[in-house]
Amino acid sequence: MTSSMPHYNRIAVFGGIYSNHLALAAAIEDARSRGVDGIMCLGDLGAFGPNPDKVFPLLRANDVSVVKGNYDDSVAKALDDCQCGYTDPRDNHFARLSYQYTLSRTALENRTWMGDLPEALRFRLGDLEALACHGSPRRMNEFLWESSTPTHFLDKLATDVEADVVLGTHTGLHWWRQWGDAKSFVNVGVLGRPANDGRTNVWYALIEAEGRRLAVDFIPVHYDHEALANEMRDEELPEQFVETILTGWWTTCLEILPGKERAVGRF
Amino acid sequence: MSQIAHVGAPPEVPLRALDQLWFQVSGTVCNLRCRHCFISCSPVNHSFWFLTRDEVATALEDSIRLGVKEYYFTGGEPFMNRDMIDILEDTLAIGPATVLTNATLLPERTVSALAELAAGSPYTLELRVSVDGVNAQMNDSIRGEGTFDRALGAIGRLAAAGFLPIITAMQSWKDHETDPILDDFRALLRTVGYERARLKILPPLRIGAEAERSRGYNATERVTSEMMLEYPADLLLCSSARLVTNAGVWVCPILLDYPSGRLGDTLDEAVAAPARLSEQACHTCWVNGAICSNMPGFGAEWS
Ligand code: SF4
Ligand code: SF4
Ligand SMILES: [Fe+2]
Repeated sequence: MTSSMPHYNRIAVFGGIYSNHLALAAAIEDARSRGVDGIMCLGDLGAFGPNPDKVFPLLRANDVSVVKGNYDDSVAKALDDCQCGYTDPRDNHFARLSYQYTLSRTALENRTWMGDLPEALRFRLGDLEALACHGSPRRMNEFLWESSTPTHFLDKLATDVEADVVLGTHTGLHWWRQWGDAKSFVNVGVLGRPANDGRTNVWYALIEAEGRRLAVDFIPVHYDHEALANEMRDEELPEQFVETILTGWWTTCLEILPGKERAVGRF
Repeated sequence: MSQIAHVGAPPEVPLRALDQLWFQVSGTVCNLRCRHCFISCSPVNHSFWFLTRDEVATALEDSIRLGVKEYYFTGGEPFMNRDMIDILEDTLAIGPATVLTNATLLPERTVSALAELAAGSPYTLELRVSVDGVNAQMNDSIRGEGTFDRALGAIGRLAAAGFLPIITAMQSWKDHETDPILDDFRALLRTVGYERARLKILPPLRIGAEAERSRGYNATERVTSEMMLEYPADLLLCSSARLVTNAGVWVCPILLDYPSGRLGDTLDEAVAAPARLSEQACHTCWVNGAICSNMPGFGAEWS
């Protein structure tokens, strides 16, 4: 391996910020307090939440390494939609509203910055080779849910990119799995909205490696979600989105969930 | 267009990755004989026969090496296969499974067995239930006398057992009627205790029995090489799926009745061979995208 590749032992990895700058600030502070030697964000900086420009200074000031998400790609290129692939008319309606809001409220310099983000980061984690991406190593908007992702499929993804550890986000639900000789996949979850579990906190992944041994902890992040809800209302964002922030249950875009994940939610 | 634009070889689509492995698990054998069935299944259509548990297990083993992501079971009616529960048990040990069923053979005993399998696996078990209308008259005129009540009964049992079945209907109405019909479907499903209905509308495939019920394809409905130039081939099922039958491996579940759909004796042969979009049914995929995925609507994108 090239010596220029970054090396870490203990990292904090966030997914989907969705403009939730309050959760982002809280997560960064929490991660710092745990003595991490690197912080990463796996993309989808905008969407869903209010005032998208607020997250960029936080990411830059804290030296967060960022991977490009499908939303970032869309906003950077001013595409017609967010490439989430919703087909249900109601989901599409809300997705479109928040996409148009985010696109029109993101400064050009931030859009340009997002356009230049890498689609993957490679680094060493202890003695393991790691690759961080948004959806999957092969497709930025591929959903990897726990109940619909076979281990042999993960093994193929990891083998194809010659990595021991693959990190992703995009679905909004965190989980991880280990197999074979120290191979693992971690879906780090998202900071932007709760994990459809009736709790208002959000989650990030604290990942530690000792040699080829990996330990993953999902850390709950409590933040001022009521302040975020108020800010969303001030920005006239859909009340359905505000409800998710206040209750911890997803109210839209449920069609993408596999039956097993959907069944444990409320809607 | 006045000419049949099908000169030269039909366009080819290579397999990008074998993400979806389909099984023609009950062949062309079905307890029903729906008037819109695109492969004309019936109790007496024995063109394709049941897959055995061993045949499925062999393909499942190959699928691990090939990195398959999802498994689908279709027919005919899958629950006419006596080994269906065992086959699902083998499948759910390694990945997620979806069964396309008419839900007329799902007594409480079978539903409990399915619920037990689902609870015992880390992977999702999806049931896709065909209902072709929001009342008995609309559905039974296509699917046969009494099928509406039987399917709804089973949907109620599935919902009570914790499943969120995906209700699929072939669109036999005009586009502007879709939204109210979807609302009617939701109201109907609530009457049997299914609150969070997942709905999927399918476009008609104008082959098999359906060609006689409504109309077949007209001469211009074909996929030509020019039509594929700017087209994202990823949208087509055949770019990421193959179908295992008792008589070889096919390109997709749609072209079962066409010799051109057969890509080999083994999965490895069929994986190496490209799909040839030579049949008119391919035009429906071209227009609508991945119609066979679990996503609602006509599926512009799937994963
Ligand atoms: S559409 Fe389905 S239920 Fe109806 S005859 Fe064909 S296979 Fe059987
Ligand atoms: S019917 Fe559809 S999935 Fe099958 S080969 Fe034709 S285009 Fe591909
Ligand atoms: Fe995403």
